[in-house]
Amino acid sequence: MIYRETGQFKANYQDDQALFPIAQDRYVILAVLLVTFAVVPLLLNQYWLNAILLPFLIYALAALGLNILTGYCGQLSLGTGAFMAVGAFSVFKLMTAIPELGFIPLVILSGLITAAVGTLFGLPSLRIKGFYLAVATLAAQFFLIWLFNKVGWFFNYNATGMITSPPMTLFGVIVTGPSADPVAKYYLVAGFVALFALFAKNITRGRIGRNWMAIRDMDIAAELIGVRPLIAKLSAFAVSSFYVGMAGALYFAVWLGSAEPTEAFDINQSFLVLFMIIIGGLGSVLGSFLGAAFMVTMPILLKNIMVDGLGTDTALAAHIEIITIGVLIIGFLIVEPHGLARLWRIAKEKMRLWPFPH
Amino acid sequence: MIEHKIGGEMLKVENISLSFGIMKVLDDISFDIKRGEIRSIIGPNGAGKSSMLNVINGFYHPQQGSITFKGETRKQMAPHVAASHGIARTFQNIALFKGMSTLDNIMTGRNLKMKTNLFWQALHIGPARTEELENREAAERIIDFLDIQAIRKKPVGKLPYGLQKRVELGRALAAEPELLLLDEPMAGMNSEEKEDMCRFVLDVNSEFGTTIALIEHDMAVVMDLSDRVLVLDYGKQLADGLPDEVRNNQTVIDAYLGIPHEQD
Repeated sequence: MIYRETGQFKANYQDDQALFPIAQDRYVILAVLLVTFAVVPLLLNQYWLNAILLPFLIYALAALGLNILTGYCGQLSLGTGAFMAVGAFSVFKLMTAIPELGFIPLVILSGLITAAVGTLFGLPSLRIKGFYLAVATLAAQFFLIWLFNKVGWFFNYNATGMITSPPMTLFGVIVTGPSADPVAKYYLVAGFVALFALFAKNITRGRIGRNWMAIRDMDIAAELIGVRPLIAKLSAFAVSSFYVGMAGALYFAVWLGSAEPTEAFDINQSFLVLFMIIIGGLGSVLGSFLGAAFMVTMPILLKNIMVDGLGTDTALAAHIEIITIGVLIIGFLIVEPHGLARLWRIAKEKMRLWPFPH
Repeated sequence: MIEHKIGGEMLKVENISLSFGIMKVLDDISFDIKRGEIRSIIGPNGAGKSSMLNVINGFYHPQQGSITFKGETRKQMAPHVAASHGIARTFQNIALFKGMSTLDNIMTGRNLKMKTNLFWQALHIGPARTEELENREAAERIIDFLDIQAIRKKPVGKLPYGLQKRVELGRALAAEPELLLLDEPMAGMNSEEKEDMCRFVLDVNSEFGTTIALIEHDMAVVMDLSDRVLVLDYGKQLADGLPDEVRNNQTVIDAYLGIPHEQD
């Protein structure tokens, strides 16, 4: 009843092509932004910011990246963890080599380095599709992690093989390393994610996004109307890896503070991000956020309920947690294979028509 | 008559042979398409009609022969090159982008007209926005022409078959092609939908001056629409000429048209 477009007439194509053509959607997104930037830092404590919101936002950025590649362009990748590692190690090398550039340019630079690496590993996609491509990206996963473990140059030859984020400031506030201010870290990451989510939305609704989807839906027809598979696929790999690389850089430098390649960026990371976009919704920017929220909060929620609420043994709770999440994923996929984003869209359709069924 | 609109030679196919392994799909085919005409290709199933279209727009590479399009002769060209030279097509089995809306499908048809780079697109301001709006207007003209305004925001995968065929024609038209290849645009349609589609084909030809190569099984449609008809059978060229000549050609009758039914 409240959610209606009745009376909102579009007199030109510009209005019709607006990001959120329906007024209520604009109010909702404004409210979300207001809450994100004005209310959350005031209300929530350090635990919430550090343990829930930071990983949620960083994983949302990674999921956005993978969604561009898999959801929009239809190229399955299992190398997300490794590409996050490329971003993390790039930003580490850059932070230790040229810290005077400032943290934000360094994160973007690490994204660009990851984009180059991602494009390189995307080359097989010109010949192979589907599961076979997934196997090829799996090679990236194992090779890159092996490389970061093996070659001392990447971790500045320190004895532990770990990389530790040196403190860097932004407008005079420390945002990386152990002494960083949680609120500053939150603002930094939230700003990054909001901006690049907008860019992703813009790219996916324009020519380049349409070409990606055309390749995904029917590559032969796409080629015959002038979409070049080479450019479409490699640009998807590049843009996707750019996002994933930035997510990896923020994951290491802002959230973790220090990382060890095998542990922080292994194949489980790749699967985690893949689950996020499958549960959230393939080919949807909103879906990337919903999926990340689900996969980040669910384990914490279950653990809190079981250990703190019911007094379950921690080890047992950890196992129950894995089982429950598995069941939830299967359940979700049966109820709505197109993910949470589709559920949201159906809900909106229903709201528009309410109280009528059709 | 419509004779006056037909101009010089636009496409010339010479001695094309195509085989897959030991199977000869096209055997020494030669014909031409003149600017502004509706040129039909007919023949029984497996005659090589669709393969012929695939050769013209660069999807199949023939072992022998050459194709001259707008004065340029080549043995083969990549599909996107054919597209950029003004050849568009529809498919026998609908090949729409199912997850995208009607409007997005048609806009994708215009991708060669759009040039702005990733950075402008990410910001969606300036040239990217202007370009998007200009092309939206062009896409809307096609939507008006095909009378599909009501479904412009619907995902095409859920549309009825007849409408999908229409959207596919729209996507091909969006590229503003000089040569339009239509592969059975009326297959599986009821007579009303067929009439609509015939009207669209004629209108595209007369209003936009688009040259059309048409594959169709409905002989009444072919004989009414076409300026000239090429007949293929088992990859061989059986006949080529005006509809009336082809209709009365004994080899064609034996191979394909058969004896007229009494109710016709």
